[in-house]
Amino acid sequence: MISKKDINLSIERCKKYRRKILDISQQVFALHLGGSYSCLEMIDYIYNFHIPYKKKKTNNNIFIMSKGHSCMAQYVILQSRGILSQKDLDNYCKANGKLGCHPDYGNPGIEASTGSLGHGLALAVGICQANKINKDNSKVFVILSDGELQEGSTWEALMMAANLELDNLYCFLDNNGSQSYGVTKVEHPKFYPIKEKIEAFNWEVATVDAHNIKDIDTKFYNRKTKKPFFIIGNSTKGKGVSFMENKPAWHYMSPTLEEYEIAKKDLEEGF
Amino acid sequence: MRNKFAEVIHKMGKKNKKIAVVVADISPSGAITEFRKEFPNRFINTGVSEQSMIGIAAGLALKGMKPFCYTIATFSLYRPFEMVRVDLCYQNLPVTVIGMGAGLVYSTLGGTHHTMEDIAIASALPNMTVLCPCDPEEMKLATEWCVTRSKGPVYMRLGKRGEKNYTLNAKEKFKIGKIRKITQGKELAIITYGTLISMADEIEKKLKNKKINPSIYSCHTIKPFDEVGIAKILTRYKKIIVMEEHVPNGGLSDKILSLAYKKKSKAIIKTFTLKDKFIHFYGSHAELLNEHGLSANKIISEILKIK
Repeated sequence: MISKKDINLSIERCKKYRRKILDISQQVFALHLGGSYSCLEMIDYIYNFHIPYKKKKTNNNIFIMSKGHSCMAQYVILQSRGILSQKDLDNYCKANGKLGCHPDYGNPGIEASTGSLGHGLALAVGICQANKINKDNSKVFVILSDGELQEGSTWEALMMAANLELDNLYCFLDNNGSQSYGVTKVEHPKFYPIKEKIEAFNWEVATVDAHNIKDIDTKFYNRKTKKPFFIIGNSTKGKGVSFMENKPAWHYMSPTLEEYEIAKKDLEEGF
Repeated sequence: MRNKFAEVIHKMGKKNKKIAVVVADISPSGAITEFRKEFPNRFINTGVSEQSMIGIAAGLALKGMKPFCYTIATFSLYRPFEMVRVDLCYQNLPVTVIGMGAGLVYSTLGGTHHTMEDIAIASALPNMTVLCPCDPEEMKLATEWCVTRSKGPVYMRLGKRGEKNYTLNAKEKFKIGKIRKITQGKELAIITYGTLISMADEIEKKLKNKKINPSIYSCHTIKPFDEVGIAKILTRYKKIIVMEEHVPNGGLSDKILSLAYKKKSKAIIKTFTLKDKFIHFYGSHAELLNEHGLSANKIISEILKIK
């Protein structure tokens, strides 16, 4: 059970991460702010409570950022763990840097190249199966975007995860209800309901408040079956900044200097 | 070829615990059933879902496995193309994608099941090795290489079953990346790959009756392209025949013609390929090849016209 201290520390970390991402948005235009903010607490939860700082024999848990466009949320966490350097972040999307707008396999802390949506879950299924072959009890954590759940390949992988009875697979959905073209409920109404669809594919499904670490943790440990585990994180795109929240336009945009000042204040003081 | 493939995988899989087989509802049958029985964890059938076949194989490879993906060529390369490109080639993972029944092998199944452009498509991908063994024996050697030596993705084009061996007494040894002389002749070189070797063999026999001795070469590795070996052939022979079961664009013929231009070759080069056309024709494999202009007699009559 997560302690109050852990919860407060997580809140502090996520505040710091949001600010860091906001600062980077003033250096380069290429940034998916909205989707990075919506999944931040979930990634922080996965890293802080499930991914060891150094790989150990007993726990080789890994994380795959299937919604690769939100990699900035992963980069700032990897930097805070010393896996990426401040210099790496400073050179993000610059000619002399190594970090781009989507995660690249081979970079420190990056387990797979993602960014083209609909790839991460099948990769995770293969990794989970390899762990089983190698009698390794490690877990694989994945974050999908809700837009990504529209990819047929994601459903192929959902089906196979259940067929292979992968109890070592944990898939989080950043259910922020908004994608590049607009609000999902408007653009793609029959996409819903999500929970029943995934359950019908033989996964155990839990629904959590994606910005509430305690809720994520409680539901995480409330798992009842050995089916692959799908956690729908109901989230807010652009979480934490008044003018960004639930605005599809902030899928891929950097704030102006004036907006930056407002965002800074929102993150510091709330709104 | 596919039976031999199953045998090789089963045999190697007993020793090498890294070998995994991921199929999409099509099995090489035979020995693969044994492989599945003995190593159930290392055999995955994704069903009719080729994108996950490639993605799952990539995931296995990310953990150090050596997976083989296996289904009919159109479905192993075209359907999941972006997975092949991103998951395998971009990440440079040692996964072998088997394109079974490539070319027009499934003649009566129609255009949906014909693979006429795979060489062009697969060779266009960075990091990809493209192999087209011509008989079960070459296929065995190529598969062994994929298991023991390959460090990145491979596309391997196969026929189906029941092909004869043509390379047991080949003049040169099999080496990945090197064009291989199968029979020794004088006047002209016939360069081909894959199951079309049987037509090359027929042409050779018929030409010998006319006192013409061709050399036959198996270009089993299309990528990396053996520029050095092929340049030597361009110098050594005055007449060169390239024949392939592939559209004219981006196949071996294009590659050899472009090399000949680069090397200022004086050889007379005649290429025989499939037409750049979907032909709605439902006869045997040989009959469909003939519709495309590929038959031993047609090629011989063209060879005889070369002065």
